[in-house]
This record gives sequence, C-alpha cells and structure tokens, in this order.
Amino acid sequence: ELKEEFTRILTANNPHAPQNIVRYSFKERAYKPISYIDQMAIHFSLNGNMILRDSDEGRRQSMRLSIASEKALVETSAVISEEAEIKDEESTEDTQAAGEEEAEGVGAAEVAEGAEAEEPPPPRVKEQKLANQFNFIERASRTLDNPLRERACQSEPTPCKNFSATANQWEIYDAYVEELQKMEKSKEKEKPKAQTAKKEEKKKGRKLTSLESQSDDITNISKAAKIMERMVNQNTFDDIAQDFKYFEDASDEYRDQRGTLLPLWKFQYDKTKRLAVTAISWNPKYKDLFAVGYGSYDFMKQSQGMLLLYTMKNPSFPEYVFSSESGIMCLDIHNDHPNLVAVGFYDGNVAVYNLKKATSQPSYKSGAKSGKHTDPVWQVKWQKDDMDNNLNFFSVSSDGRIVSWTLVKNELVHTDVIKLSAEGTTTQGPEGLQLQTLGCGTSFDFHKKIDYLFLVGTEEGKIYKCSKCYSSQFLDVFEAHHMAVDSVSWNPYHLKVFISCSSDWTVKIWDHTVKTPMFIYDLNSAVGDVAWSPYSSTVFAAVTTDGKAHVFDLSINKYEALCTQIVVAKKKNKITHIQFNPVYPVVIIGDERGHVTCLKLSPNLRKMPKVRTTEALNHSGSLYACSLSPLLCAVRLAKLLS
Amino acid sequence: AEVEETLKRIQAHKGVIATMVINAEGIPIRTTLDNSTTVQYAGLLHQLTMKARSTVRDIDPQNDLTFLRIRSKKHEIMVAPDKEYLLIVIQNPCE
Repeated sequence: ELKEEFTRILTANNPHAPQNIVRYSFKERAYKPISYIDQMAIHFSLNGNMILRDSDEGRRQSMRLSIASEKALVETSAVISEEAEIKDEESTEDTQAAGEEEAEGVGAAEVAEGAEAEEPPPPRVKEQKLANQFNFIERASRTLDNPLRERACQSEPTPCKNFSATANQWEIYDAYVEELQKMEKSKEKEKPKAQTAKKEEKKKGRKLTSLESQSDDITNISKAAKIMERMVNQNTFDDIAQDFKYFEDASDEYRDQRGTLLPLWKFQYDKTKRLAVTAISWNPKYKDLFAVGYGSYDFMKQSQGMLLLYTMKNPSFPEYVFSSESGIMCLDIHNDHPNLVAVGFYDGNVAVYNLKKATSQPSYKSGAKSGKHTDPVWQVKWQKDDMDNNLNFFSVSSDGRIVSWTLVKNELVHTDVIKLSAEGTTTQGPEGLQLQTLGCGTSFDFHKKIDYLFLVGTEEGKIYKCSKCYSSQFLDVFEAHHMAVDSVSWNPYHLKVFISCSSDWTVKIWDHTVKTPMFIYDLNSAVGDVAWSPYSSTVFAAVTTDGKAHVFDLSINKYEALCTQIVVAKKKNKITHIQFNPVYPVVIIGDERGHVTCLKLSPNLRKMPKVRTTEALNHSGSLYACSLSPLLCAVRLAKLLS
Repeated sequence: AEVEETLKRIQAHKGVIATMVINAEGIPIRTTLDNSTTVQYAGLLHQLTMKARSTVRDIDPQNDLTFLRIRSKKHEIMVAPDKEYLLIVIQNPCE
C-alpha cells in the first residue's frame, strides 16, 4: 500500500474556483447553472501610483520634485531601491518583470532629474523639460501565434442527373393520351376475375409481341414499307394515275353518242401467268381493292388455283395472295364483313378465306364428307345472316344442286336448297327406278329486294326462277338460250328486269313476268360475262371471247353498242369476266392469260339518267328505274302490235 | 420475311436509285448506298423529318406525319416515318 503511486495531475484549472455556480434567471424563472466558470486566479495585484508625466498633475509633481530633489536626493534613491526589493520578493513573474521595468524607468527618470538638479539651480520657471531622446526605450511584446491547421469535412454530393425535354403542344397531348390509357387499364382491372383472366392472356400476348419486335429489327417497318411501295408505284405510273383521276375524253362530243374505254393499269402476277381469270369482284368497303380468282376453264388442263387481291394504288404487286390445289371458279366478298371471301373450286369444294388472318389457308373448307359438290362450283353468293346470326352463302354447281352453306363455329354445314331437276327427263334406271337427271347450274343471282327470289341459269340454256322456300319446284322457267347460260344478273334499280348472256353469242334482257325477252343482242362471239353498271339502270357491258368489250346504253341506243372495243389481242387471248367499280368510272376485265386490265369509261358511256326534281325525294333506285320502264313499255307495245 | 420482300421489290422498281432504313437515333440500319452518303442522308433527313413532324403536330396534336416527299430537279426523295424507323427511297421518276 505504501508503494502505491498517487498521481497528481497538473491542470490549468483553478482548484479554488467554484465548480457549480447557479444563478437565478428571471427570463426562465428558474435557477440555472452557469455554463462557464472563470478559472482565473489572481495571485498578486498592485495598484500602481504612476502618473503620466506630460499630464497636468504629472507636470506639477515634476516641478515639486525638482525643487525637493536637491534636498532629498539621497532619500528618494534609497526609497526607490527599497521598493525594488519589495517587488523582487513577489512571486508572479509578470508583475515582477513589469515592476522591475517600472522601477528602472522611474529610477532612470529620477537619476536624470537628480543629475539635472545637481547642475546649477535651474530657473524656477515652469518650462517643459525636454524628453531625453537618446535614452528613450520602447519595448513591445507579443503573444505566441497559435499555429493554424485547416480541417475540412465534405459530405457525399447528391447524385445529379441532366434532364432536358421540350414542351410542345403534341408532347402535352401525348402525355394526356397516355394518362387516359392508364386510367382505362386500371378500370379494366377493377372488373370481375373472369374477365381479368382473359386480359392477362392478352397482356401476355402483348408482351410476347413486344419482345419479338425488339429482337427482330425490320418487321416494324412493314407499314412504312407498304406506303412507300405505293408511292414509288405512283411515281412510275404517274401519268396513268393522272388519267384515272382527271382525264375526260373530250373527243366524245364529236363521236355522236359513242364512247371509248381508256386502258389504265394492267395487273399481272408471275405465278398466274398460265392461269385464266375466272372471277373478279370489287370489295364493298374499300373501293380500290378487288379480288381475282384464278383457275382454268379447260377440262383437260386442270392445275392449281390462286386468289389474289389487288389494289389500284399498287399495280405492280398484289396485296394478298392465296393459293389452292384446285382451280378457283368463282368468288364473292361479304357485304358486311369485307374480310371474308367465299370461293368455289373446280373440284366441287367451297371455302371461305379470312383476309385478316395471316395464313394462306382458308378458314373454312368443305370436304367430301361435308357435302361438297361433285362438279365444279360455278357461282357462290353471300346471303344475309340467318336467324342464329350465322354467316351463310349459296353455291351452284354443274351437279344440279344449289346448296346453302352456313358457317357454324369452325365448320361449314351444308343444306341442299334445290335440286335442279330438268323437266321431262326422268329415265328408267336399273331395277325400274325412276332417276331424275339433274340440270347443271352455271350461274345464279339473288334479287336485291325480294329476299327469297333468285334466278338460276343452266347449261341447257334455261333460266329457272326459284324461291328459297320451295325446294322441289320452280316458280318459273325461261327458255332462254340455246347453249349454257354464262351469267344472269338482276338490274340493280329496276326490280323486274334481269339480263342473261350465253355462249350462243347472245345477250338477252328480260322482264321476269314475261316469258319472252325484251331485248336480244347478237354479239358475233360467245359472250363470257355481262354486268350492269352501278350508276345507271340502262347501261350494261358485255365481254366476248374474241377480245372485245361492248358497252350498251339502252336510253341512248336500243339496238347497238355505244362502244365496242378490243381489249386484248384477238387470237391469243380471250376475255373472261368484267366488273364495274361501284364508285369510280372504271371497269376491270380479266382474260385467259391471267391479266386484269383496268379501263376508264369515257363520258358518253357514263351518262346518268335525267332526274326530275319533283321526284328527288323518292328513293334513288326508283328514280333510275324510271328511265328503263318507258323503254320496256315501248317494247311491249311494239310486240303487242306485231 | 414479307417486309424483306417488299423492300426488295421497291429496290427493283423502275427508277429507284437507293433505299435506306434508319433507326430512331439517325443511325442507318440497311442501305444500298455507300457509307458516307448514307450517313449524310440519314442525318439530314432525320432532322428534317423531326421538324416536319413537329410542325404537323403543333398545329393539331391529334394529327401525325405519314409521308414526306421532296422533289428536286434530279430526283425525288421519299421518306416514310414510322414509330421507330425511317424508310428513305430515292427515285428518279421517269419523265
């Protein structure tokens, strides 16, 4: 225990200083400890009695001293030394040093004064004593400078990012549209789970497509490429496009009612060079799009078939291409669903193609089990949706059956509507059975207003007037032609008139209430197709196998064609079909070489019937029909008279 | 794919001098011209298309640019803008 070392620490704190002084604070009304306590300890203090020499009192005193210095010179020096001794005994260095200095200064001053006093007595005049410049010492002292050291501290800078954008009208609009879409999506999410399941699938589908699009660079540009192709074509075929839009043959005025057909574009495709155009149809929705069916009329040379859809905006390449094993004989585009094309084949099948789907296979196809025809299908026509809202269409074929096909879910369901039993041809088959030979249907057409009424043309040259309601009997029979009836067509305006054409070189116009034709035209060659114009009830066009197109206008000339023009080279090519465009004054003509030519009708061929203003409120169909009815009346009168 | 065929047909069409596909940043992806000319066309036409589109949309934000055609003395430059790409065709319209 004795060896224990006690450490004593020397601090600068004043050990006698109080450590916790508390003061009353009137502001906070409480006793508060003082934060800093003065650590200064004063060991010695001396009040000095020195006066500045130059001040008034100092001068007075110095005067007195100078008088008394002679007398008490020795005494003062003794006193000074005594004072110096006293001061020496003190402990603090500072005061000691200061005291010594003062003592020395005083001593020096006293000595000087003493020296002066020993001189002959100065005049007792209050004169300023000169300061001793040679003996004057100035002393200064300075505290130590604390060495400065810099200390800095830096926090991590907040991460900065550069952002720039422009505020345009359309950027604002885009932002709003995005917001709208987000809101719609969130609304959809609120709906019941059953629906959300479907939407999840859709979203997955969307995600897949977005992934695909990221990986495959080029496919996104398909839309732009399509527009570009059309523009490039427009440039190349610039003059034709201008003709199509603006050219009106001025020479028609001098032609005395006759007209011409101006050839515009020619549509052809590599793969259809050997095939004949077997069907053409304009799309009811897109007035520049038309469908062409390719096949072969030759019994011996049957090969594949194609379905192409062209647009007048791009004459060099078809928009859609579908190929099939058997030649296509006919097609029809649905009025309400312009993406559905019904097609009839040479092998008796029918199919429906959906243009919106990317595949080149038909969406629905009939087969041997589902009641396909046993002979080529010559015509198909879409009907109005049936009572179950299923799409359905009719087909007519050489096997003598008219079949109605209904699209039910994924299948084609067929129902025989009528069997064309040729009258008086029941033959005796084996074992005494009565066999009914069936006529071969080659074309048909449905009435525009009367839904159940339709006409069928046959290979024997007869035209049957039938009703959808009666499946075994015809309403009427017309002994129309000597050879197969190639086409029958109701007049789009006049509800009673229809036209028929045949390979027996004639075109006949009928009133369905009268057994004999109204007009007969002999065109010197087998007539392939005939079509009414959509803008007038008296204009129609016919094409013959010798390459000519004939346009008639009954209101102008009842006996002759207004225009007879060779469209294709005579010997090598035959024209097969013609169609009027519902909107533009053009016709398209298909031939046996797989070409489709577009021709513009000259003004003389496009004369609209004169409209009486008082009847302008009526339905436009009846207006146009008015032009035809006087003709019919005149013809009937003529016949009655003859 | 189908798009490739369409582009080939455009290139093979009468009077077409060159075809180029530029991406959204102005970098050419496909071209039938030499590199330096392509880069030049790409940069200049990209800016012009941006300006044209901005003009159309400023006037009516619901509208958008579908096609741009510049006809000059020697040939015609056609630009078809898409969401991410720009298709440029230089054609010499036969006259």
